[in-house]
Amino acid sequence: MIGEIDPTIIHLTVFVLAVFVGYHVVWNVTPALHTPLMSVTNAISSIILVGAMLAAGPAESDWGVWLGAGAVILASINVFGGFLVTQRMLEMFRKKDKKGSA
Amino acid sequence: MSADLIALAYLVAAVFFILALKGLSSPLSARRGNLFGMVGMTIAVGTTLTITQNWTLILSCIAIGGIIGSLVAQRVQMTAMPELVAFMHSLVGLAAVFIAIAAVNNPVSFGLPELLPAGSKLELFLGTFIGAMTWSGSVIAFLKLSGRMSGAPVIFTGQHVINLLLAMVMIGFGLWFFFSETTNWTAFITMTAIAFLLGFLIIIPIGGADMPVVISMLNSYSGWAAAGIGFSLGNSMLIIAGSLVGSSGAILSYIMCKAMNRPFLSVILGGFGSDGSSQATGDGVQKAYRSGSADDAAFLMSNADSVIIVPGYGLAVARAQHAVNELAEVLHQKGVNVRFAIHPVAGRMPGHMNVLLAEAEIPYEQVLEMDEINSDFPNTDVVLVLGANDVVNPAANIPGSPIYGMPILDAHKARTVIVVKRSMAAGYAGLDNDLFYMDKTMMVFGDAKKVVEDMVKAV
Repeated sequence: MIGEIDPTIIHLTVFVLAVFVGYHVVWNVTPALHTPLMSVTNAISSIILVGAMLAAGPAESDWGVWLGAGAVILASINVFGGFLVTQRMLEMFRKKDKKGSA
Repeated sequence: MSADLIALAYLVAAVFFILALKGLSSPLSARRGNLFGMVGMTIAVGTTLTITQNWTLILSCIAIGGIIGSLVAQRVQMTAMPELVAFMHSLVGLAAVFIAIAAVNNPVSFGLPELLPAGSKLELFLGTFIGAMTWSGSVIAFLKLSGRMSGAPVIFTGQHVINLLLAMVMIGFGLWFFFSETTNWTAFITMTAIAFLLGFLIIIPIGGADMPVVISMLNSYSGWAAAGIGFSLGNSMLIIAGSLVGSSGAILSYIMCKAMNRPFLSVILGGFGSDGSSQATGDGVQKAYRSGSADDAAFLMSNADSVIIVPGYGLAVARAQHAVNELAEVLHQKGVNVRFAIHPVAGRMPGHMNVLLAEAEIPYEQVLEMDEINSDFPNTDVVLVLGANDVVNPAANIPGSPIYGMPILDAHKARTVIVVKRSMAAGYAGLDNDLFYMDKTMMVFGDAKKVVEDMVKAV
C-alpha cells in the first residue's frame, strides 16, 4: 500500500504538517524577539546548503559543479552570519542585575 | 552511510530546528534555542558530506562563506539589521536558483532519474521562480533600507497589468519546460529570467514605511524557496526547515499588517507612503500647542511616581538609546517607576526597537509590548514620547480618520504627556496628531539625543 504512493504525496504530507508545527511554534515567540527570530530563520532557511553540497558533489566536474560551489558559498555566508548575529543579539537581552553572568 | 541512516540523521536535524524556534518563546531560553539551531545545521551538513565526493571544494567553499558571514555578523550595526536580513534573504534566493539550475543540468547527482520526471520538473520550476523572486525582491529591499535607493514608491501606469502579463508569460514558459520530453533549457532560462524581473517589479512600488511587511514577506519567500528545493530533491528535512521559515515569515507579515492597520493585499500592490518627508496635511489653521524645555520635562518626570517612555524610530536615528538608558536609571534612583512601551512597528522590522533598547543595556523586563502596557496608561503620571508619532495618534480611535482602527499606544490617557520631536511635521501617514495639541501635552523641540542628555543633567 505505502509503496504505491507517489513520493510527492508523502512530501506534501510532511510539508502540510511542518507548516502547522511552524504556525504554532512561531505564535509562541515573544514579540520582543521577533528580530532574532528573523535572523535565526534566515540561518535555518540556508539549509539549502545541503542541496548546494549535492550540486557541488560529483567527482567529474562540469559547470554544474561550479554553480553548486557558488551556492555553497552563498548559503554558508547565511548559515554563519545568521546564527552568529542572532547570538550577538540574544547576548544583549539581559536581566536587570547587570553584574550577573545570566 | 545507508540511505535510512541519512534520513534519520536529517530527521534529528529537523527536530533541532523546531527546538531552535521554540527557544525564542522567552529571552531566558533563546540562547539555548540558537545553539540547537547550530547543532541541527552541523548534523545536516556533516551527514550530507558523507554522500558527496568533492570534499576539498565543498569544505573550502564553506570556509570562504563562513569567514565572510562571521565578519558581517560581527561588524553590522544593530540599526542596520533590516538591511542585513534583506541581504541574507537575497543569498538564500540566489542559492536556490543555482541549485535548481544545477539539478536540471545533472539530475543524477541529486539522486533523481537522468530524464526528469514530470513531478520533479514542476517542483524545480516552483523552487526556481520563488528563489529568483526572493533574490531580486530582497536586493531592492536592501537598496531601499540602506538608503542606496529612494524609499519612495516607484509607480507607473499599467504596472499591475504588466506584472500580471509577465507572470502569465512566466507560467507559460514553465508549462513548456514541464511538457518538453527532453531538458528544455530555453524555456527554463527564460522562465528564470522573467522571475528575476518580476521580483524587482513587485517590490519597487512598495514605499519605505511598508518595509517591515516586505522584509517579513521576503523572509517567508526564502523559506518557501528552501521548501521548494526540498520537494525537488525529495528531502524531508529541507521541506520541514523551509516550511518553518515560510510560516514564520507569513505570521510576521500578518502581525506587521495588523499593527499598521493595512490590508496585506494593499501593501503588496504598493504605492503607499513616501520617503518619510511627507508634509503635514493639516487644515491650514495653526493650532495652539504648549512647548517647554528639557529642564521643565525633567522636573515633571522626577516628581512623578510612574513614567512610561514610548520610543520610535526617530530615537534610533538620533542614536539616543544610551542617553535614554541613563535617563531611565537616574529616574529609577529617584524612586520613579520607569517602563518602556513598544509598538509593533516602532522600528524598521519586527522587534527591531527591542533589540536597539537591549543594545543600550536596558533590561528587557522594563520593556513592554503594546498589549501588556496599554491598560496602565491612565494610571501613569508622565508619558515621554521620543521620536514616535503615528503610533500614539489618537485619531486612530476616530471613525473616518485615515488611520482609524490602527492599534495605538494610549499615551493620550496619561496624566501628562511630554513629546520630544524635531518639529511639528507629520509622520509616515501624513496626518496631524491631536496628541500634540492637548492641554496636558508639553512639546520639547530638538534632537532627541541632545534633549535626553539635557534631561539627565537636570533630573
